[in-house]
Amino acid sequence: MTTVEEPRTTTFDDNDQKPIGFGRMLRKEDPRLLRGRGRFTDDVQLPGMLHLAILRSPFAHARIVSVDTSAAEAAPGVKAVVTGEALKGLGLAWMPTLSNDVQAVLATDKVRFQGQEVAFVVAENRYAARDALELIDVEYDVLDPVIDVRQALAPDAPLIRDDLEGKTNNHCFDWETGDAEATEAVFARADVVVKQDIVYPRVHPAPMETCGAVADFDAVEGKLKLWSTTQAPHAHRTLYAIVAGLPEHKIQVIAPDIGGGFGNKVPIYPGYVCAIVGSIVTGKPVKWMEDRSENLISTGFARDYIMRGEIAATHDGKILAIRTNVLADHGAFNGTAAPVKYPAGFFGVFTGSYDLEAAYCSMTAVYTNKAPGGVAYACSFRITEAVYLVERIVDCLAAELDMDPAELRLKNFIKPEQFPYETKTGWVYDSGNYEPTMRLAMDIAGYPALRREQAEKRSRGELMGIGIAFFTEAVGAGPRKDMDILGLGMADGCELRVHPTGKAVVRLSVKTQGQGHETTFAQIVAEEIGIPPADIEVVHGDTDQTPFGLGTYGSRSTPVSGAAAALVARKVRDKAQLIASAMLEVTVADLEWVKGSFQVKGDPGKAVTIQQIAMRAHGAGDLPDGVEGGLEAQICYNPSNLTYPHGAYICVVDIDPGTAQVKVRRFIAVDDCGTRINPMIIEGQVHGGLTDGVGMALMEMIAFDEDGNCLGASLMDYLIPTSLEVPDWETGYTVTPSPHHPIGAKGVGESATVGSPPAIVNAVVDALKPYGVRHADMPLTPSRVWDAMRGRATPPI
Amino acid sequence: MQVTMVVNDAEVTAEIEGRLLLVHFLRDTLGLTGTHWGCDTSNCGTCVVWLDGEPVKSCTVLAAMADGHEVRTVEGLADGAELDPIQQGFMQCHGLQCGFCTPGMMMTCRALLDRNPDPTDAEIREAISGQICRCTGYSTIVRSVRWASVHEAAANK
Repeated sequence: MTTVEEPRTTTFDDNDQKPIGFGRMLRKEDPRLLRGRGRFTDDVQLPGMLHLAILRSPFAHARIVSVDTSAAEAAPGVKAVVTGEALKGLGLAWMPTLSNDVQAVLATDKVRFQGQEVAFVVAENRYAARDALELIDVEYDVLDPVIDVRQALAPDAPLIRDDLEGKTNNHCFDWETGDAEATEAVFARADVVVKQDIVYPRVHPAPMETCGAVADFDAVEGKLKLWSTTQAPHAHRTLYAIVAGLPEHKIQVIAPDIGGGFGNKVPIYPGYVCAIVGSIVTGKPVKWMEDRSENLISTGFARDYIMRGEIAATHDGKILAIRTNVLADHGAFNGTAAPVKYPAGFFGVFTGSYDLEAAYCSMTAVYTNKAPGGVAYACSFRITEAVYLVERIVDCLAAELDMDPAELRLKNFIKPEQFPYETKTGWVYDSGNYEPTMRLAMDIAGYPALRREQAEKRSRGELMGIGIAFFTEAVGAGPRKDMDILGLGMADGCELRVHPTGKAVVRLSVKTQGQGHETTFAQIVAEEIGIPPADIEVVHGDTDQTPFGLGTYGSRSTPVSGAAAALVARKVRDKAQLIASAMLEVTVADLEWVKGSFQVKGDPGKAVTIQQIAMRAHGAGDLPDGVEGGLEAQICYNPSNLTYPHGAYICVVDIDPGTAQVKVRRFIAVDDCGTRINPMIIEGQVHGGLTDGVGMALMEMIAFDEDGNCLGASLMDYLIPTSLEVPDWETGYTVTPSPHHPIGAKGVGESATVGSPPAIVNAVVDALKPYGVRHADMPLTPSRVWDAMRGRATPPI
Repeated sequence: MQVTMVVNDAEVTAEIEGRLLLVHFLRDTLGLTGTHWGCDTSNCGTCVVWLDGEPVKSCTVLAAMADGHEVRTVEGLADGAELDPIQQGFMQCHGLQCGFCTPGMMMTCRALLDRNPDPTDAEIREAISGQICRCTGYSTIVRSVRWASVHEAAANK
């Protein structure tokens, strides 16, 4: 089932020469982006358009005593000033979150995190709007905040969510998975048990383009047009209909070009609602574009899991069970973007790539005085945390057993013949052949030579570390019987129309934010129906123009929408076959599909191309009985399972013993995402995700002081890797197709972000072995590594 | 106040506020939206344009400071229908994904090749270190610049 393909050596300088179907193809979206002709939200300019700016709370927790907007209203260029009290009158002061909690659009009673939205101004331009914010006078009665998540459930902890009826503490939810008793029994008889506290600190996806919107409410038509930075335009439309009471057919959400999403642009933010209200109130189009500080301080954070990991094994390294207890910080409102039945996302896959006898997780989530979020930053619904936990704890076991971490993993992998494999927490992995993937990564790295080099360096007092992570992802949410976002099943539509001249348009429910859907979806359709990708226009992002679906996140585009694109093309092809049979005067059974045309079996001279069929479908003359004119179809694809791509990552670091600076010298990433639609684009996805990993492992953190001041709210403090912090990436791949996917493809976009942090941390800990370090928490900045070297490693929070 | 400058070879005159940032002047006043605005602390470099041939972060330049000077933006990079080799390199080597950092990134890379037609990988990385990309992981950007360097050298032979 698994093959290791040779890298393609052929490249094409011109897209017109592109063969139909899969393979390296230059991107259809590049020409406009290279010329500065992309159209991002802040590029939208409408007649009479006004600008909106938001006043934010300086405090983490405070009662609002009064808000005086009179000076702001009188300021030059100001058209409207709106407070929480005013929104309350419209029934819009609160909105539902993606986790069935509620979130304040503008604070009415009190503020619950620093940076929370308190009021907004609409003015003639962005400068005037900002000026007027300074003139709003808010009187606060400052309250004690809850910042340390470990203190959130203390009996005397301040109550954050007094808006929820009957709420007496900061408890958000409990969740568990697996079998506690069975796991306890295995732990009781295990030879070796290793326990380690592991923190995945709060970070932020920080797309280069921040969040924003342009709302244009036409009172005459009663129609709202909203350009916005949304990864899920259809789901947003439905939620606006529910929240604002506007009829859904009178709402058009347009997600134009998006400057990166990374999960940051899945939730509905107060700013979007404010822009809509601003447009309704002023009767003009209103633009809201947040700045970087607002993005970092108030929009969806990622991670913030405090985990206790335990692993049980035999003396010779057979892993028996894994158990974990998690404390999750969800901020002031539970805004986690996750399927409704999965409050902890897909954290249940924490058993990783290993064949275990038992597993169990218990989790408690709490409210704190911080911004909401949790699921973002290419996490595939908490799989970043799950993979980090298992790959870190397996390394702790390897250290305990004094066993090579590669050898320990190879010994415990789920075997290819065990797939589909049901884990002890109920996930059914579709396919996998882990050992060849691992061996390829070790070959590229030259693993034995690296270990020899490390031994030599160690003898000279130099610090070199080799870190391994082997992960199994779970992407493509998901089967609608189990998975929905606020009641909307996670299926995705696709529509394909072939024009009379044989050109085509395919309409997607998903929304690219740079992942190349305009190219790859044309390739999928081309592969199935034989029309060159250059002749296929991909339409996405506009809810008036595209079929309903749940959007792009969780690496779900290829698994769900990619499947829909393949199947809709097959549906059109089936119809084309009926027409071809009439054109060639043979039965359908006498025809065979040779990419791009139907031929009479045994007589290749008798054939019609898909283009000829398209013209006939629209042209004069009778069609076979029961065949309507035109050549088009639509489909809504409900996946039967997720896809489970996997990968083997090896990281080599050097640490300066004098400064504790970590340098990532090499990084080898071997990914297996099944059938590969466009290797060039996959490589780019992997490179980007690996860079996220370097950021999270070594640099990035959204921290707070004890008063709840956010210490990571600008790019001066929130450090993102530049070209100097990352190496030249080394990639490879194996191919284990997904058996249930129409083209055997799995998602891959988030794999590298999921898999790379443990590889880097494992490498740093490995380098620090001479200092007796078994674990150190991210971000491994020089000061934190220095502390670890001196036996003072402490959690970052 | 009134400012006059040459933007992409065309002279423009406009009445502006003294505090207006060059990035907003280019985007909002002139409608040249290829230049982007990605941070508020001068770190990200999505706003890089040339001021008298020198790459600058236009979020950290007042429009008034460009009075009497020459500005070039990404819209002025291609020669009509013909893409600059840097633009071709980014396309050939997949040096962009979401495309948000791309205009600023390419302006810096073009300036680098004008000064140093055959830079090493380390020199390319150093040159773009004032600019953040969240999508590509930089390797393909380095390749893109090398592609442009090699193809320009071949064309100039």
